[in-house]
Amino acid sequence: MSGIVRNKISAFSVQSLQRVGPYALSLRGYSSGAKEMTVRDALNSALDEEMSADPKVFLMGEEVGEYQGAYKVSKGLLEKYGPDRVIDTPVTEAGFAGIGVGAAFYGLKPIVEFMTFNFSMQAIDHIINSAAKSNYMSAGQISVPIVFRGPNGAAAGVAAQHSQCYAAWYGSCPGLKVLAPYLADDARGLLKAVIRDPDPVVFLENELLYSESFPVSSEVLDSSFCLRIGKAKIEKEGTDVTITAYSKMVGHALKAAETLSKEGINAEVINLHSIRPLDRQTINASVRKTNRLVTVEEGFPQHGVGAEICASIVEQSFNYLDAPAERIAGADVPMPYAANLERMALPQVEDIVRATKRACYRSEPRAATA
Amino acid sequence: MALSHVATTSRSQLLKPLTIISSSLRHPISTDTTPITVETSVPFTGHKCEPPSRTVETNPQELLTFFKDMALMRRMEIAADSLYKAKLIRGFCHLYDGQEAVAVGMEAALTKKDCIITAYRDHCIFLGRGGTLLESFAELMGRKDGCSRGKGGSMHFYKKEGGFYGGHGIVGAQVPLGCGLAFAQKYSKDENVTFALYGDGAANQGQLFEALNMAALWDLPAILVCENNHYGMGTAEWRAAKSPAYYKRGDYVPGLKVDGMDALAVKQACKFAKEHALKNGPIVNFSPVDTLETTLVELLEMDTYRYHGHSMSDPGSTYRTRDEISGVRQERDPIERIRKLILAHDLATEKELKDIEKEFRKDVDEAIAAAKESPMPDPSELFTNIYVKDCGLEVYGVDRKEVKTMLP
Repeated sequence: MSGIVRNKISAFSVQSLQRVGPYALSLRGYSSGAKEMTVRDALNSALDEEMSADPKVFLMGEEVGEYQGAYKVSKGLLEKYGPDRVIDTPVTEAGFAGIGVGAAFYGLKPIVEFMTFNFSMQAIDHIINSAAKSNYMSAGQISVPIVFRGPNGAAAGVAAQHSQCYAAWYGSCPGLKVLAPYLADDARGLLKAVIRDPDPVVFLENELLYSESFPVSSEVLDSSFCLRIGKAKIEKEGTDVTITAYSKMVGHALKAAETLSKEGINAEVINLHSIRPLDRQTINASVRKTNRLVTVEEGFPQHGVGAEICASIVEQSFNYLDAPAERIAGADVPMPYAANLERMALPQVEDIVRATKRACYRSEPRAATA
Repeated sequence: MALSHVATTSRSQLLKPLTIISSSLRHPISTDTTPITVETSVPFTGHKCEPPSRTVETNPQELLTFFKDMALMRRMEIAADSLYKAKLIRGFCHLYDGQEAVAVGMEAALTKKDCIITAYRDHCIFLGRGGTLLESFAELMGRKDGCSRGKGGSMHFYKKEGGFYGGHGIVGAQVPLGCGLAFAQKYSKDENVTFALYGDGAANQGQLFEALNMAALWDLPAILVCENNHYGMGTAEWRAAKSPAYYKRGDYVPGLKVDGMDALAVKQACKFAKEHALKNGPIVNFSPVDTLETTLVELLEMDTYRYHGHSMSDPGSTYRTRDEISGVRQERDPIERIRKLILAHDLATEKELKDIEKEFRKDVDEAIAAAKESPMPDPSELFTNIYVKDCGLEVYGVDRKEVKTMLP
């Protein structure tokens, strides 16, 4: 798309440095009076702009219309685009996901919202067998330009059936693209990119992030703003250890990095953006620089995103590792309800700090170096 | 001279009685569109609707087309049986012989702008939508000249430009997909319809009812067609369904039960359904009871039969008797019905029809020979078509260090 705006720092350098994130922005005191935007508004504006630009784009899901969206992400869209393009569905995921895929077969560009990705399991056959594999099975005859989006992972106190992270499951499937934004500009830029993308995409949002505000530049607010699928972003540059994360965990990783810097550990935080395709190039380049790796995710540890990243490092950058890779993930249990147990089941900032220190072979705090 | 005999399967009237029965003065049947009226074998049974008349208008050209299309489909399926036994076709192979009337009757009622989607018993539907014998056989044998370049196989034939959207392996999945096609047709304001085919086994799937609900709720131009061949793999309908009256399963959706072995009945029903689905105009002043009954969606049940087992791994005789199979072949074979009709109306001689069949045998053999010559896909095809827009993705083969490729 001609509207794709490359991030400011060249994407071609070996280290694949992307525009430095808000951590650095706040240090620099960004002077043009940066606006702030919630993730919710970022997503809403992306939906609005893409629906305005392309009449083939429509939104379908439970409560997306008259209710203004279960989490208000689609607020105002029904009023603006009408019931032909913003469609409230019955509570029948298998049915409406299949209908969405069929509409995509014909050439429309559906955005199918799952109220949470836990409910996508009811429709998973259509996501995998009808959407992801069709272009391959038909040798290119039947393409599926569909986006499945909605909140993924844990909210607060919603217990086992409503808290699972599906990044690893969908991320393992060829034919799908799987993305997970963190900041408001990730949300805007990546959602716009995936709506324009001709392939089936799983877009994993996070309920707890919807109300979080982040600064956005005027570039981000422009309707042509669009990020590239498949590129990770160095959210904070560092030298001592690489921490990878996606979605909400990026925030935790950045907080951990702040704590660690006071103890003389300069962590590099990578915001993955893209679970599939996984930006192995950026991750490996970073680990080759820092020689240490900590992966962070909310999902179950076994066969998770972190496991794939560790495998990639072992395969491509084994000799650069100065310490075994560390994985921080959700506990290997169905999510409990009680607040204290829930806290134990999800990665906290101190868990990331602890694991990073282990990776740095530092179990006692040291004074910060100048 | 008027006809001296009456066809056993129907009473018919020629609008222009033939005065001399001699092949030299007959119109060439391939272009003769003189209307002929035929009665279907049995009347239609309606559910929440007035069924169409059992009197069908046809013409010599159409009858001959039916005969030819069905004969070709039959030959193709029989040949596929041999190829499978010769191990040239691998994996799954679900044959359609016996059910040809559904495919040709439906085609006669539709245009290529209408969409058809079906499950895995898709070879003949593919042919009806404009697919070629070579594309079929090559795909079955996994060669690059196949309709899916060898990457799909028996269950994944597609012909998008002919309005055929596959070819689906998961039982029942094609029904919501078909309703999605209908959704898109309505959204795009195309005055066309989608026929979503499924079997008596799939008729019990939950997603079918989910899709039917939405199709009826949103007035989608969708027609659901149950190809009831009475067996879901090895399970007879009475063992799988509390209510095997599939045409009634739509509840508030009008339904029609059709003799699926009678191509003319199929054509009539599909025409009826298409017209019903395209009916425009809001209905004003309706009572709540009427609301339930005013839906554009239609559900057709085709009473049909497959001679083969569920697939090539199923002999098809452990759950049904050979007498039953041969009985249907004798009494209800769709090709025989049309042959009798053609002969009864003196549209061709028996020899001419046999010659057509011989010609098709040759065509099929030639197509198979050509398909055998077609090479297997290039190894690079392992990594093509994963995405439409590859994005610098690295794709790995089995041994990541040996085989990997960078998508552009």
